[in-house]
Amino acid sequence: MRRGTANGSMAGIHKRTRTGRISRIEQEHARTVWKKYLFIIVLAAVLIIGSCVIITLGQVPITITDVYSTLFDKFVPGVFSIEDEMAHVIWQIRVPLILGAIVSGFGLGICGCVMQAVLKNPLASPFTLGISAGAQLGISIGAVLGVTILGGPYFLIGNAFICALLCSGVIIALSSLKGATSETLILAGVALMYLFQAANQLLSYVATDEQRTLMTLWGMGSLADLNWLSIGFLLAVSALCLPLLYSKAWDLNLMTVGDDSAKSMGVDANRVRVFIMVVSSLLVSAIVAFIGVIGFIGLVAPHICRMLIGSDHRYLIPAAGGVGAALLLIANAIAMNLLGGEVVPTGIIMSVIGVPFFLYLILKGKRKEYWS
Amino acid sequence: MIIKLSINGLRFRYDSREILHDFCLDIGDGQIVSIVGPNGSGKSTLIKCIDQLLIPDSGEILVDRQDVTKMDRMDLARTIAYVPQNSLRVFPNSVFDVVLMGRRPYLGWKGGDRDELVVWEMLGLLGLEEMALSSFTELSGGQQQKVLIARALAQETGVILLDEPTSNLDIWHQIDVMEIIRDLVKKRNLTAIVAIHDLNMAARYSDTLVMMKRGAIIAAGKPDSVMTAENLERVYGIRANVRITEDVPYVIPLARLIPKADSGIRSTVSPGLYGNNSRAQRTAARNGLRPGKSPSSGKVG
Repeated sequence: MRRGTANGSMAGIHKRTRTGRISRIEQEHARTVWKKYLFIIVLAAVLIIGSCVIITLGQVPITITDVYSTLFDKFVPGVFSIEDEMAHVIWQIRVPLILGAIVSGFGLGICGCVMQAVLKNPLASPFTLGISAGAQLGISIGAVLGVTILGGPYFLIGNAFICALLCSGVIIALSSLKGATSETLILAGVALMYLFQAANQLLSYVATDEQRTLMTLWGMGSLADLNWLSIGFLLAVSALCLPLLYSKAWDLNLMTVGDDSAKSMGVDANRVRVFIMVVSSLLVSAIVAFIGVIGFIGLVAPHICRMLIGSDHRYLIPAAGGVGAALLLIANAIAMNLLGGEVVPTGIIMSVIGVPFFLYLILKGKRKEYWS
Repeated sequence: MIIKLSINGLRFRYDSREILHDFCLDIGDGQIVSIVGPNGSGKSTLIKCIDQLLIPDSGEILVDRQDVTKMDRMDLARTIAYVPQNSLRVFPNSVFDVVLMGRRPYLGWKGGDRDELVVWEMLGLLGLEEMALSSFTELSGGQQQKVLIARALAQETGVILLDEPTSNLDIWHQIDVMEIIRDLVKKRNLTAIVAIHDLNMAARYSDTLVMMKRGAIIAAGKPDSVMTAENLERVYGIRANVRITEDVPYVIPLARLIPKADSGIRSTVSPGLYGNNSRAQRTAARNGLRPGKSPSSGKVG
């Protein structure tokens, strides 16, 4: 492509300067914006294609034709003859798993992204503020002491959700006393995390083997407990939280350059920080309560996207969500199918495939002074 | 002369220590005003109080007769721009995105075409167009400072505050940045308030020089009337030669004067210097200034 000409060939994305000419650098800038859109479109395509492939995989062998005729039957009944068992496997196990992986991964990626921005810390993740430790304590209390908030099959999940919320609430309230700077939030979070971990270990010490197994399994992270009801709940919380987080995209851009600069450009840094922490803690607590600790996504998904499309949160937030969803979807598919009949906890697979990939990106990435 | 910025009775306390004590200053339109003074004299605190990054305990700050202490942040960001000493660089941003941040006070959610035009204009003004897509973190210190100035210009305010814009820069870039500020002040009729350590740079490029010590003004006015050996001795505790070349004073430092440990005052230093603020202000009064009030409005036009 010829560069530096007044009439570029990429019609439609050009803006004219006052002199009527479009400079080469402006063309290049327009092109980088298009690349960001393209990245998000590719991510969406990966998610759709991935889902279409993954739904045909599973422990119960079902042919590809059968899978799709079963799916089709739901919308236009009576065209194919469908076995009830097959319909059950697909509609009650595989589809919820895929949907759950996408919804959870999307939420975790975005929460990690916004938390890193408001805490101005590349190591922040939804778990920095002790949310996982709080949720784990809720599980332990339910399993060991039998104290539950919700009855029935959701007693553990209810405990995890409420304890995670309480934990992050205490941390945000504590740091608000000192003006809610990123330092006080991180320090209060790390301190309380140790406190909750100690309480966990105490409970684990007095637990029976059976109780301890329950606690350990939850800690590994698994999507196997997701069903339509829990996905409905996650979708509802996401529908509430994600637009709120995205509406602050501009303010997040400014907050990454420091509180004083953000304030001088019209952003009330401390108020935005508390807002983001409250909303993202709510979403993370809901996700973690259902799928356990798969914290790695929240840490790496935003970094992968920053390396590829930069730090503008208007594009970064959806991209981080998409990468988070794709990672969790793929990791979960591997976890379900790796050992034939045996399901490996997704959290383990996530780390095993995610860490080397992330290290590769750090070493090969062109941004040398990433953490300067 | 039109008064652009007027500070009246500004007080700021930090941990019960008074940093700014009944501070008063009037600044005219279209000027570069440099604030000089030793470490801890309150220069940066003053700059941050003006932009409400620190909230003063009392006093009013008027820009075009509007009290900024009563504005919300968005209005304030359309009135006063602030150029920090350096920028936090945790995450990579392109130069274009950094300058676009300055449009935040005007933006709806989506960046409009006009905002992008303003960004290109400011980048062009500072000769940064070619590096619009470079990563901010990869630029040299001088270029980063220029990007931050472009960002402040994108806010399209009448007043621009600069906190130590030349520290960490080599001499070429120091002059470059100061010349840019001077050109911008003339071309766009800005009022620039610069906290700065380098006395020679301050004297060379300022219309008005304000010399501070312990949160109060010791001397203010045209550089040649403020940058005197006596004032330097009083404010900095140094002995220095001040020469005038091409109507601009420049300082040749000779020696420091060591205050005695007990009373804190050495005989060669005029009394009142190491005392409290009211004594410092009396010193200013003896020097022919109204206490705490800058004579800049009278002297400089």
